[in-house]
Amino acid sequence: MSNSETGTHVSYLDHQGKYKGLLSWLLTTDHKKIGLLYLYSITVFFFVAAILGVLMRIELIAPGQTIMDAQTYNGVFTIHGIIMIFVIVIPALPAIFGNFFLPILIGAKDVAFPKLNLFSFYLFFIGAIFGVLSQFIGGGAPDTGWTFYVPYSAESSTNVIYALVAAFILGFSSILTGLNFIVTIHRMRAPGMGWFRMPLFPWSLYATAWIQVLATPIVGITLLMVIAERVLKIGFFDPALGGDPVLFQHLFWIYSHPAVYIMILPGMGIVTEIFPTFSQKPVFGYTAILISSLAIAFVGYFVWGHHMFTAGISYGSRWFFSFLTFIVAVPSAIKVFNWVSTMYGGSIDLKPPLLYAISFIFLFMIGGFTGLTLGAVAANVQVHDTAFVVAHFHYIIFGGMGFAFFAGIHYWYPKMFGRMYSNRWANIAWAVVFFGFNLLYFPLFVIGIQGMPRRYFDYLPQFQTGHVLSTIGAFVLFTGLVMMVYNLVYHIKRGAIAPANPWKGVTLEWQIPSPPSHENFDEIPVITTDPYVFGKSTENKPS
Amino acid sequence: MTVHETHSTRIDSDTGKLGMWIFLFTELFLFGGLFLVYAVFRAKYSEDFHTAALELNTFIGTLNTVFLLVSSMTVAMSITAVQKNQKKLAMFLLIVTLILAALFMINKYFEWSHKFEFQLFPGSEVLKNLPRGELLFFGLYYMMTGLHAVHVLIGMILLTINFFKIKSGYVNQDHYLHLENSGLYWHLVDLIWIFLFPLLYLIT
Repeated sequence: MSNSETGTHVSYLDHQGKYKGLLSWLLTTDHKKIGLLYLYSITVFFFVAAILGVLMRIELIAPGQTIMDAQTYNGVFTIHGIIMIFVIVIPALPAIFGNFFLPILIGAKDVAFPKLNLFSFYLFFIGAIFGVLSQFIGGGAPDTGWTFYVPYSAESSTNVIYALVAAFILGFSSILTGLNFIVTIHRMRAPGMGWFRMPLFPWSLYATAWIQVLATPIVGITLLMVIAERVLKIGFFDPALGGDPVLFQHLFWIYSHPAVYIMILPGMGIVTEIFPTFSQKPVFGYTAILISSLAIAFVGYFVWGHHMFTAGISYGSRWFFSFLTFIVAVPSAIKVFNWVSTMYGGSIDLKPPLLYAISFIFLFMIGGFTGLTLGAVAANVQVHDTAFVVAHFHYIIFGGMGFAFFAGIHYWYPKMFGRMYSNRWANIAWAVVFFGFNLLYFPLFVIGIQGMPRRYFDYLPQFQTGHVLSTIGAFVLFTGLVMMVYNLVYHIKRGAIAPANPWKGVTLEWQIPSPPSHENFDEIPVITTDPYVFGKSTENKPS
Repeated sequence: MTVHETHSTRIDSDTGKLGMWIFLFTELFLFGGLFLVYAVFRAKYSEDFHTAALELNTFIGTLNTVFLLVSSMTVAMSITAVQKNQKKLAMFLLIVTLILAALFMINKYFEWSHKFEFQLFPGSEVLKNLPRGELLFFGLYYMMTGLHAVHVLIGMILLTINFFKIKSGYVNQDHYLHLENSGLYWHLVDLIWIFLFPLLYLIT
């Protein structure tokens, strides 16, 4: 249905609703506009946190004090972590691409609760502002690390309460988004779209949404308990008052480990959309991919203990959590094999989205294998709280979720804005980002094994080579990110007009004009085929 | 299914209820964290929990349980009244519910202030000198009943809004999703109290 040429089509960006100007954005209930609100705010917060990251790298370029004192450094890495984790990595993919494309991919006109969707955005924004404010006002930036480990977080004189409140509000926003998606997927799929005809990105969002809904309340109450501990001296976690600090770690990680899968599952969903399109082949092992998504979501609840191998839990629970942690690797590996098999024998079109998707696999594999190292009790004790851990989770979170995000934005950009970016610049930016990323994080594996602790502002001279390489990598990566964002932002207004289906995709979003109209579909499509059917059969058309 | 056809401002009732049920599950998990902490410390300091629980007034607790149970009934009756198009009766039953909720809060106020008189509040010197388990018991008591009281207040606000929505005719025989969902929320408040009451007041 490429009827964008008929002239009757009005893009959602030009749609005239009840309000004009800025209010038409701030009061919108259109899932696409809310997706863009998230995109813009998350991009801004990302650069705030990325600059803090670069500042840390500059501080670490030489032993001793370089540009900031130790307390400032503690604040910088804490706020970097809080913003990155709670404001960007957890919400980004569901809130941006989930909001924008979930209804379109399942053939619906909007999410189930459009007003609640806008409310979630406001909660998100308020929470994010709280997080940033905690850096600048009152008793100074929180210095607990993003994990808020007690008893220190109950005693530190800094703005820990701001940060806790920020995380609590952001968690609430995350719950409401997940709830909205579950109901949308259950109730609003287009006629004919049975569960096993749903594209895989919505499937990954479905698995994610259940984690958001079931796990986030636990961290919510845990954060409230820390606030109560600080304000009222209740003593849940303070050993001096009879409490138990390890109990905090249990409660914290029983959410925060599943939260890792909130971060990565939608990323896996995005690259699962990209591989078939750029190989012009149906995805290999549709059912295996969706079952592995659900399996990851399920097993993800049972592995939190691997964060606590050195915290004094019993020998039995250590090997048990180690075993369970290894099990999560199985569904992840299934996915990797499926993606590679999808490309095998396909007519591969190496465009920027596919470049990012392939680098996603590469970086995610490095992150995954080092994750197994950390999941093994003995190896974990060696590298616990070293730069190795920092490298591992940046490979998973940035190399995984981050690169999936870049893949997604390059894939769906034409649909979202109706314009094309410059392929050449996108390719160059990709190369710089990929090179900078590895130069930044790979040396940390090495110095981590050698014994460089994480979160230290000073270090012994033998680690300097690694730190210098890493800092150079940080600058390269940052340059690459700026190039990428510039390319994308510049072409929002000035790029070539995008056709409805620039990549010859077959899922529903490519069957409607770019950018979509206010209600996505003039007529709700009737689904008659499986989601990834390439070649002659291009049914799945509305009307 | 009409949701497929139009951008309706009203959410259809099955969709709305599914959303509410999922939200209630998240609320249960929120309290679940506290129940878990309670279980851990009760196992660790069972003697102290026993002693500390003697301080609580079982009579007030029982009275409050009765208030909440009856209010759960009246809110359910008011939904039925709306379904039968008995607007006046529905509004009356909501008022009864709100009065019962208010009585609950008044009781709670007297209960807490009575303890404050004995310096039994978080952070007080008296509490700090108690055995560790008793200190934790009172910490949990204030945290759990406090969080529950916040939910009672939210429930009261929701029911008040519904009162005016019935009055204006927005909630009526054909569209009572708002009232039904608020009723579900109120039942949750009741349900959580039914767990809190034996855990804090009765097990001595």
